[in-house]
Parts: sequence; C-alpha cells; structure tokens
Amino acid sequence: MLKIAKDRLNELYAKIAETQGLFLPIKKAGEVNYAVWGEGKEVSLETLKTVKSPKNAFFPQTENMMKFKTEGKNIEVVDMRKDYVEEGKLFVIFGVKACDYKAIEVLDKVFLAEPVDTYYQNRRAAATIVTLACSRPEESCFCKAFGIDATAPMGDVTTWMDGENLYWQANTEKGETLTAQVKELFSEGGETEVAAQQETTKIIIDKLPFSNLDLSRFKPENLNELFDAPEWEEMSEACLGCGTCTFVCPTCQCFDIRDFKTNEGVLRYRCWDSCMYSDFTLMAHGNSRTTQMQRFRQRFMHKLVYYPSQNDGLYSCVGCGRCVNKCPQSLNIVKVIKTLGGKAND
Amino acid sequence: MIEETLIPKVGVITDVRKDTPDVKTFRVVGTDGKKLFSHMPGQCAMVSVPGVGECMFSITSSPTNEEYMEFSIKKCGCVTEVIHAMEPGQQITVRGPYGKNFPVEGEFKGKDLLFIAGGIGLAPLRSVINYVRHYRENYGKVVIVYGARSKDDLVDIDEIQNEWVNEPNMDVYLTIDRPQEGWTGNVGFVPAYVKELGLDPNMTAVLCGPPVMIKFTLAGLLELGFDKSRIYTTLELRMKCGVGKCGRCNVGDKFVCKDGPVFCMTELDELPDEY
Repeated sequence: MLKIAKDRLNELYAKIAETQGLFLPIKKAGEVNYAVWGEGKEVSLETLKTVKSPKNAFFPQTENMMKFKTEGKNIEVVDMRKDYVEEGKLFVIFGVKACDYKAIEVLDKVFLAEPVDTYYQNRRAAATIVTLACSRPEESCFCKAFGIDATAPMGDVTTWMDGENLYWQANTEKGETLTAQVKELFSEGGETEVAAQQETTKIIIDKLPFSNLDLSRFKPENLNELFDAPEWEEMSEACLGCGTCTFVCPTCQCFDIRDFKTNEGVLRYRCWDSCMYSDFTLMAHGNSRTTQMQRFRQRFMHKLVYYPSQNDGLYSCVGCGRCVNKCPQSLNIVKVIKTLGGKAND
Repeated sequence: MIEETLIPKVGVITDVRKDTPDVKTFRVVGTDGKKLFSHMPGQCAMVSVPGVGECMFSITSSPTNEEYMEFSIKKCGCVTEVIHAMEPGQQITVRGPYGKNFPVEGEFKGKDLLFIAGGIGLAPLRSVINYVRHYRENYGKVVIVYGARSKDDLVDIDEIQNEWVNEPNMDVYLTIDRPQEGWTGNVGFVPAYVKELGLDPNMTAVLCGPPVMIKFTLAGLLELGFDKSRIYTTLELRMKCGVGKCGRCNVGDKFVCKDGPVFCMTELDELPDEY
C-alpha cells in the first residue's frame, strides 16, 4: 500500500492530468458533481454523494450518435463514434464510492451484453476508475443491504482517506499503470491506518437505519405476487412523475433516441429517459402503462425483481440513497422494500 | 471499431403497393441492389426516416426471398404517415434483424399449423406462411383464418387469392366484419368464425391481430381444446434500441424486442399483464 499527504493531492491531480483527462467530485455553485479537474477547481473528495452519479462519464446524459446527410431521395449515414483508446484520449475518474462502483457493474451487464453498445464500451475502455472508501456514511445510505462493503470498494485503484493521508492500492493492470505514473509522489505504508478506519466505519454502517433491510422476498418466484400487490396504489399516490429519482440514480439506464434537424443534416442523439414519464411507453395505437401507479411500479419492480431475474440475482439498486434524499415527495425504494418486503422489515 | 447495431444501413424503396386504404407494402433493398440482411420469420427491423423517427416493423416478406425485404405498414402515426407518402427511389434506413422468430425449424416442424390473423396482423404471419409454403414438405396441413373490417381492408389479398388458395393441403378462410356488396365469403368476427369452423385442437396455432381479437380468439381456442403450449402470438410495445437496452419494451423479466416479439401462450401466462 502507498500513501500521500492530503495537502499534496493537488500535485497528484496535476501529475495524472499531465497524460489524461481527470474527473473528480468538484464543487460548483454549491453542488458537487464529477467534472474535469483543472488548477483552481474546488475538489471535494469528502462529499459522500455527488448530486449526479458518475454514470455520466460512461453513459452521458446526452450523446450524439450519428449524422444523416440527406440530398433529394438519398441518405448518407455518418458514424460519429469516437475510439477514445485509439485516439489516446484516456481518462481517470477519481473518488468513486463503493455504491457507485457497483452501479457501473450493473450498467456493464446492460451495455456490454451482446450486441455490445460501442458508445458505452469506448468510454469504459478509456477509463481508469479510482474508488474511495467511505469513512462517514450517512443515514440515507443502505449499500450494506445489497451486500456492498463501503470500506473496501473495488475498481482499478482503491483509495482510503483519513485526516492526514490518502492511501492507495492498485487492483488491476490499468491501476498498476496509473500507479507507475504517479508513484514518485507516494511513500510506502498505511495498512494499519486503513484497517483501523475500516473497523470504525463498519461499526457505523451496522448502526445505520436501513443497513439491514431484508430483500429476501424480492426474487423471481414472487414476480407476479409482488406485481399484483395492492400496496402499489397507496405507495405511488403522491408520485409527481418528475423523474428525479431516475436521473440521480446510478443504475437507471433507460434512454431515448431522437433526431434533431441541423443545418448540416439530421443529428441522431440519445439521452436519458425515465420510465416515470407518461410518454415513455406511448405508441401510435395506445399506451401499455396509462397510470402513474403502473410507471412507479415498473421502476421498482425492474430494480428489485426483473433485473435480478435477468442477471443472476444481482439487484439494480446499490443503496446509494440519492432517491431517498432527492424525491420531492419523499417516496423511495426503502419505503417500497419496507412495505412489500415482509415482516423482517418492520 | 466493431459494428454498432444502432447505426443503420441505408435502404432504397423499390416498389410501393397499396394494399388497403391505410396499409401499404414497401419493397426495400440495399444501395447495392441486394437484400440488406437475412432474417427468420417473425423477426423485425427498425426502419427510420431521418429527422422524423425510427420504428419497429415486422419483416413481412419470407426469408426465402433472397432478393428483397417487404414491410406492410399501416398509417397510424407520425413516422408511418411520412413513409406512406414515399415513392420508389426514396432512401430510408434499416437495421436488424431483431427478436426471436417463430420456431419454424423447431416446434412447428412436422405439425399441422393454424394461422389466425386480423387486419394488419397478417404482416408478421405472411413471412411465416410463405416460409412454410417454401418448405412445404416439412409441415403438415395448414389452415389460415384471416379477417378484416371489410374486403378492402384485407392485406395482400392478391397473393392470398391467387397463390395461397391454390396451395395443396392448405385451407384459407376469409371473413369480414360486416356484409358488403360483392363479398360472397363469410361475414363475422374472427373469434366467432374460428369456433364455427370446428378446427382440430391438435394443430399448432399462431395468432396475430388487435388485442381484442387475440383475447377472444384465445378463449375460443381453449374452449375447442387447444393447448396453450401450442399457441403462439406476437407482442408489440414501444421500442427505441431493439436490443434490450433502452428499457421501453420491458414487461416482467422480458424485453419484447429481444425475448419476443414471438411468445408462446405459456410464456405470456407467466408475465405480468402489462402489454
């Protein structure tokens, strides 16, 4: 294990940024989100939850996909994809928490499944992910319920931070490459400090109110029983259909594909979409989900039952708690788990 | 860089046939004049008009046609309206094939087959019916029951009357909703007609049409003693990607675009009723 004093972190960022792009949690207008680092930017590794998750780095909110040049009756398709690795445009995303890292694994199963989504894959291949262990989890955190250890995230490099130092450990080949580039700034050590911090943090995590949610009822065998549960009506009654939960969610991956007419032809782009919206399933001849209750149910059934059923039991929620913090109506997945998850959650 | 399924190929419309007042069939080839890609019966393709939108359509021509693909398209929304105004020579974009096909090389082989279609529901069935005709010796007796609002709304009536009715060991029954001048065939809704015909319940049935037709025809078939494991249909939901990623056509643990559009009734029974 390696360590670096916290007051030298700017040197570390500068060293990384010499050769590649560097995304860090950066404070801007009072909010912390992943953004490109540069001198003078206010980095906030201490912020537990960025407003938006790091999924933006791999699956941007909007992304140009292709262009169509039309002339008379003819169409020419212009591929707008970029091979970042080939072009040498590598990047490091630094400070990813255990929940958000797990969320990238959830996205991988969707986008890297055959046929591979090359837009996502190109970004994924160009990225080195540096995770940061949590030391001060909050009440809205419940990653433990999903089997995630916030004190030992994976990633290409895992880091831990205390009052004095940042501790660094490479896990993969990509991580080793990055380590070699910055090693001169580090010294050896940190095992004892990290172990001590992990122990203290785990005690806090165990005491968090949602850490021990019981998910055992959410399994494929109960799909229809859960779908038909009468409680959905009441649970969804207050939902405004604003889609905030889907936009802050690190695992929500639904998207729209749209065309935009420009002076140089038609631009086809994709953008995040939300199953909470009424036109998400709207067709020329009708809509398969006409009520907000159906849309609300879809989101939670997908995360807790449908996705796991398609992916060997892996839940599509990582317990980051962003929806708990951000829903204007205080609706969230914790309430759904508690309501439908049986007596163990009382 | 490897191929990206979301980036379509350019296709050229070479022929437009007006089937009914609101259905046209479009013949499409690649810019090199050859068929764009091969498919199996029941599979679909994403067809787009850049600047207007992209929609999923069933490929109505048979895979055994090696020259071109055909799409029978009903005018019912903004993309189909623009497509309907197109003339031969116009280019569009096409990507696919997507989805699971009818088990023509599996469960259908050697079986007596019953095809029941309503209105534009004939489009996906035409592909499988013509495939079965091509490999006629691999299948048993074929019965086709096809209905529409009026005689003018029967899609591909020329092919049905000139080719299908003359095919050996293949019975074709047509029906329209209300009596009409010049129509000597059956009058009545498809579900009622299916019950009247007294069909052999050991046949493997394929249903395609509007939801209300499917619902009542299915009930009728079950009454006649058909087994759900030998009844197939296709689903249709909003789609954007076609490969199970954009999330739109999700119902239960299935994506209609990649796990469908063809489903056996026993599979549908396990899905939540949200399609």
